[in-house]
Amino acid sequence: MSTTEPITVNLGPQHPSTHGVFRMRVTFDGEEIIDVEPVFGYLHRGSEKLAEERTYTQVLTLTDRMDYVSSMLNNQAYMLAVEKLCNVEPSPRGVWLRMIAAELQRVASHLVATGFLIQDLGALGTPLIYAMRQREYILDLFEMLCGARITNSYLRPGGVFMDAPDEFWPALDKVLNDIPNALDELEELLSGNEIITSRTQGVSILLPETMVNASITGPMLRAGSVDWDLRHRNPYDFYDQINFQRPLHSSSDNFARFWVRIQEARESVKIIYQCLERIEPGCVRPSFHDVPRLIRPEPGDAYAAIEGSKGELGFYLVSDGSIAPYRCHVRAPSLINLTLLREMLVGTLFNDLFVSFGSIDLNMGEVDR
Amino acid sequence: MTDFLYENVIFRLIYCNLSGSSDKCVNEYGYVQGIFPAGFEWLAFLLAGFLLAFIFINGILGAVILSIWGERRLYGRFQNRLGPNRWGPWGLFSSVADAIKVMFKEDVVPSDADRLLFNIAPILMVFPVFMIFSVIPMGIGTFVVDLNVGLLFILSVTSMSGLAVVIAAWASGNRIAIFSGLRAVAVLISYEIPMALSLVGVLMFAGTLSLGGIVEQQKIPFILLQPLGFFVFFLASLAEINRTPFDLTEAESELGAGYLNDYSSMKFGIFFLAEFAATIGSSAIITTVFLSGWKGPDILPSQFWFLLKLVIVLIAIVWVRMSWPRLRIDQILELAWKGLFELTLINIVATAILVTIWPNPTMGEIWIMAGINWLVAIPSVIVVGKVLRRKDNKTIQAGRDNEPYPVGTETLAPSLVNKVGEK
Amino acid sequence: MTDEWNGNSLATALAGENPDAIESCNRTDVWVKGEHILQICFTLRDNPEFGFDLLNSLTAVDYLDYFEVVYHITSLKKNASAVIKTKVGQGRNNPVLASVVNVWRGADYQEREVWDLFGITFEGHPNHKRLFLWEGYPGHPLRKDYITYDQSINSEERG
Repeated sequence: MSTTEPITVNLGPQHPSTHGVFRMRVTFDGEEIIDVEPVFGYLHRGSEKLAEERTYTQVLTLTDRMDYVSSMLNNQAYMLAVEKLCNVEPSPRGVWLRMIAAELQRVASHLVATGFLIQDLGALGTPLIYAMRQREYILDLFEMLCGARITNSYLRPGGVFMDAPDEFWPALDKVLNDIPNALDELEELLSGNEIITSRTQGVSILLPETMVNASITGPMLRAGSVDWDLRHRNPYDFYDQINFQRPLHSSSDNFARFWVRIQEARESVKIIYQCLERIEPGCVRPSFHDVPRLIRPEPGDAYAAIEGSKGELGFYLVSDGSIAPYRCHVRAPSLINLTLLREMLVGTLFNDLFVSFGSIDLNMGEVDR
Repeated sequence: MTDFLYENVIFRLIYCNLSGSSDKCVNEYGYVQGIFPAGFEWLAFLLAGFLLAFIFINGILGAVILSIWGERRLYGRFQNRLGPNRWGPWGLFSSVADAIKVMFKEDVVPSDADRLLFNIAPILMVFPVFMIFSVIPMGIGTFVVDLNVGLLFILSVTSMSGLAVVIAAWASGNRIAIFSGLRAVAVLISYEIPMALSLVGVLMFAGTLSLGGIVEQQKIPFILLQPLGFFVFFLASLAEINRTPFDLTEAESELGAGYLNDYSSMKFGIFFLAEFAATIGSSAIITTVFLSGWKGPDILPSQFWFLLKLVIVLIAIVWVRMSWPRLRIDQILELAWKGLFELTLINIVATAILVTIWPNPTMGEIWIMAGINWLVAIPSVIVVGKVLRRKDNKTIQAGRDNEPYPVGTETLAPSLVNKVGEK
Repeated sequence: MTDEWNGNSLATALAGENPDAIESCNRTDVWVKGEHILQICFTLRDNPEFGFDLLNSLTAVDYLDYFEVVYHITSLKKNASAVIKTKVGQGRNNPVLASVVNVWRGADYQEREVWDLFGITFEGHPNHKRLFLWEGYPGHPLRKDYITYDQSINSEERG
């Protein structure tokens, strides 16, 4: 009579598929996962502490480096919190511009997430490169807007720091024409390939009650058919003037999460078209008379959240009347969406470990901050 | 004792030039003067054997270097980028540069490793791969040896690579490597059986185990006569050489490099070489057994046709690798035992009946047999695929009475709603 | 648009069930006494009048003479949000609070983060370990009295 015993394997922090430097202590029984313990902190840079020593505008550059595949969205969330803290009335053109930028960034982020899903499934880079190619065009647009591709720092309190150059608009039209085709390509790969569907469907199912209780938001929650999108439920910026759909899926498995992401990217394109219809010439930010360069908000606190590409991205700012925030807390969706990691993984096989993990679409820069 | 070797053109050239006065060479091929005096035929025989092995092994090494380069160029094409293009014309020397780099790296042996086994494993890995090439006819008269049990020899020799993987994994003393080793054993054992059984149909048609004989028996390529056999053999050989969609052993996104994790320097290089040589080897077997080997129109030499078919099979393997993700381990084993195994049995039964009806088929009867085999193959592949496909996809809250959260698909376009319903 | 609960009306509504628990309130926030936080959170989640099922954010602020733990909560069913605050560790002594992991699983990592960076102990947390920093790291960096490496060098140079 032979006996078996579980084996504990340390995956990460230098593992190719952990989307950064993430470490998991996984216990296997054969190929089946029986326990997972995540270990964080390998990319902890103390952004919240650093923010306490910088002015409100300087903190912006720290937010770029949190979720580095969706920095425009980070900028937007932070600026909304600052505007709420200082009671700044943003100028309309600036708001439309930052909505365009944010939606482009959402498309880019979802493209990366989907590309990496197929990479995690074992395809040797081809789908990833197809997704990344489309993202490059979006990054080129950002370069036109603000001169940077990844760490944008494009937004300012009350708008954006610079109007878009003239050549931006035709380039944007071209990219918007291309994105649906790229998404079609990816979706066909996702739902047309037998291997991908048979590997992702019915794996790592989470119940909606459990997800809400665990504060999971974003595409993960919508894949469990919970209709919760902050752009719709609590519209910030000008999202109340925009018509868009919230794609939902009823199976809440790995496939559903990526299906929802691709459909959301399609909706983002429609949102940008609507923004383009409504944007009008004007100032992109309030004058320095209204919003000085060195902001000194009244003592108090403000919490503002947006629908980021990963989930609810919130900033909690406390002011003591000085030029630097007294406390700057980030509600990081990547970190909080990991809460149910153990529930997702236990009972699945080793092969599905990184697929389920990647379906959370986390970014270590944001998890560890 | 050496009669069967004399058909080998390269061997004969070397041997007869060394000992021209030997009876065999004088009478049949007209060599008069040899380098060695009479009585030294045994030395000529040994030297000729060594030279032949030397030529073939170095030829394979060169082919591996070329195939690495070709595969990278192809990756570039598939991925909309250039691929290696810096070192040499069209980047031809980039894999040479890689080889030199690998040789000069530090050779690290982990302190927990079993030193002896750790060092033996790469040799065990590369040894059987080169053995494969010894029985493959690469053209008229271009082979090392034509064993009369060649196919059986290949099947038995390739099984050794599983042993090498397990030894490498165990000797590394690395838990991730052990995962890889265990997976390798599971996959190799499962796929040996459909691989061997898929060749039974071929053997029934050819009536011989010798690879040279099999090529000669192919009036039309056996892929037309044995579509099921080819299908199963192609998938099984993908599994044997750890290529996508069966690359569980290396599984870069899960295991890093699997059993190769702790290998560095030339030991890693040898594993890498063995892997690519195995790819070429299995393409060579597929070419020989199913694509009528060196046969082709006479305008070009037979070696060219062999190489052309080999490259086509290699490109097909690279194509699969570039586009498909990996299967899960339970799906892979299920495919082997519940899918491919059944397909080979169907193939054997169908072929046996056909061979009994037409023991000595004419050309027209061969085409009839091919048609019947395709008629059997296509429905059975479809049926097995349907059976294997999972149907128990769960939806979490379809038709729940009490919806606690703002649930709904009312915002979706009708086309999307239909899609959700289907899945 | 999400309805934000007025702090005063939320305090009045909460006082019905837990009369001693409310410390103070203003237009936006409600301050709850630390020892009642678990009870209040259960009320907020289970009472259909509130129905706060999502914990958006849990964090802490160091106000030098005390710590303040802030809960941002949302009701998905009613599309309403509220802010609950608690003062712990008066005089920077012994900051201890009951863990709300049993109310909202989402508090799991956020409470560990607060323990890691502020040193506020959450009693009843199932896995009360530091989140980002390693065990044995000296101090809790987001506290205002934490001396960073740069600051320590400067103070040495000044003597």
